[in-house]
Amino acid sequence: MSKNEISVKDLTVAYQGKTVLNHVSTVIQAQKFTGIIGPNGAGKSTFMKALLELVPKISGEVTFDGRSIKTIRKKIAYVEQRSELDLSFPIDVLGVVLLGTYPSLRLGQRPGKKEKERAKQALAKVDMTDYENRQISELSGGQLQRIFIARALAQGAEWIFLDEPFVGIDAVSERKIFAILDELKNEGKTIVIVHHDLHKVEAYFDEVILLNKELIAAGSVDEVFTSENLQLAYGEIIGQLVKGVMEK
Amino acid sequence: MDYQFLQYALITSMLVGLASGVIGSFIILRGMSLMGDAISHAVLPGVAISYMFGFSYILGATAFGMLTAGIIGFVTQRSRLKNDTAIGIVFSSFFALGVILISFAQSATNLYHILFGNVLAVRESDMLMTAIVSGIVLLFVFIFYKELKITSFDPMMAKAYGLNTTLVHYLLMFFLTLVAVVSLQTVGTILVISMLITPAATAYLLTDRLAKMIFISATVGVLSAIIGVFYSYSYNWPSGATIVLTSAVFFTLAFLFSPTKGIVFSRNKTKKNAES
Repeated sequence: MSKNEISVKDLTVAYQGKTVLNHVSTVIQAQKFTGIIGPNGAGKSTFMKALLELVPKISGEVTFDGRSIKTIRKKIAYVEQRSELDLSFPIDVLGVVLLGTYPSLRLGQRPGKKEKERAKQALAKVDMTDYENRQISELSGGQLQRIFIARALAQGAEWIFLDEPFVGIDAVSERKIFAILDELKNEGKTIVIVHHDLHKVEAYFDEVILLNKELIAAGSVDEVFTSENLQLAYGEIIGQLVKGVMEK
Repeated sequence: MDYQFLQYALITSMLVGLASGVIGSFIILRGMSLMGDAISHAVLPGVAISYMFGFSYILGATAFGMLTAGIIGFVTQRSRLKNDTAIGIVFSSFFALGVILISFAQSATNLYHILFGNVLAVRESDMLMTAIVSGIVLLFVFIFYKELKITSFDPMMAKAYGLNTTLVHYLLMFFLTLVAVVSLQTVGTILVISMLITPAATAYLLTDRLAKMIFISATVGVLSAIIGVFYSYSYNWPSGATIVLTSAVFFTLAFLFSPTKGIVFSRNKTKKNAES
């Protein structure tokens, strides 16, 4: 088993008696870029939240680098869907990135010079230094996503989880963010993304987990992203459509 | 000294304005205004039982405040009901229970004073209790500032890196209950919610930084208390209501004239943004 690999065994999640995820077992490769793909209501976000124990599970075991999540939590960065956050919260860009330093601080300890330096370096890395003092509601979706990535950097996270980071973001920003994430991957971070848009999957991800309430397929993009698997996940028509687009 | 009572009233209500301004900032940012209202109403049975059995009303009221927070959390988690419905059911039931219990426990402090407060009747011991509670609340916010900030803005991120967000929630509920309890004498159960949210909402309209917001909120809370007590005494108006209306005046001014978010200047701001 490679370092920092995430192993998922028999993960089942239910909300109020309805099964959302059924006996999912898979491995998320370390230092790779993994996309969680599937139709609406397939349980993609739930899968991510269940990995991180943000929602209760019925059964299953998830290990990070062979260990329980409890021992490595401070190295996990999670970025929720933008629509779930209150963007009018009284906080500026640097303030958001500084939140990434909180896991390393004691109770009652404030971020000091060292932490501010770390936050500023992270901001520079995502090219957002000029926006340091902006209130977050003034930012575009792409800029916001970049400062959340900067927050993960300031945290020194080994595992970065992003839930639908590209929703409502223009193509230029999307490419920019991907370039940043690619760099992070090359530095050894493990990156997992919930993604709903099929046409960029092959260009962006190394690995894909295809879900529809249960595991349809998992592995490298070439292995998984086939019309047979897509038909299984999305139904016949969409599977064929996507296949058609892919062949052009 | 003849004016001793006025001094007690002034200091007590200033302390209440300070503490509720600070805690209230987090309450409105977490979208928990209704929860604040619920807890301040639901302490009533605790007050009644304390009078019946002759122990400090702080104990009884705090116990019922926490019980309410716990039951609301439990009902929300274990049923399909949305949070606001759970809150509505639980707090109105506790409040009704309180009204019945108070009718059994006809005591020195009657129902009217508990419901609407009477800060001009505050005794020295009440003032000291308010001072202690305010001190503890400020200490709590000082120590847990980071945790309160992150769980208010991005609780899922906090949970993911291992922060016990449930514990932070119930700690905040505990201190909210304490503030609600000491506010009883100043503004009364029914108007406590105003002390919690009006100064905080005023501050929210005036700044984009959390630390500044808390400071402004506390300042508005204290000023409302001073001005309110002054008018209440001068014109013989009910004290709680006067303090509440004073803070409403502050809010209205911020709503209209806030440099960045007020409705009067916001048009200029949009224009400036478009130019820059």
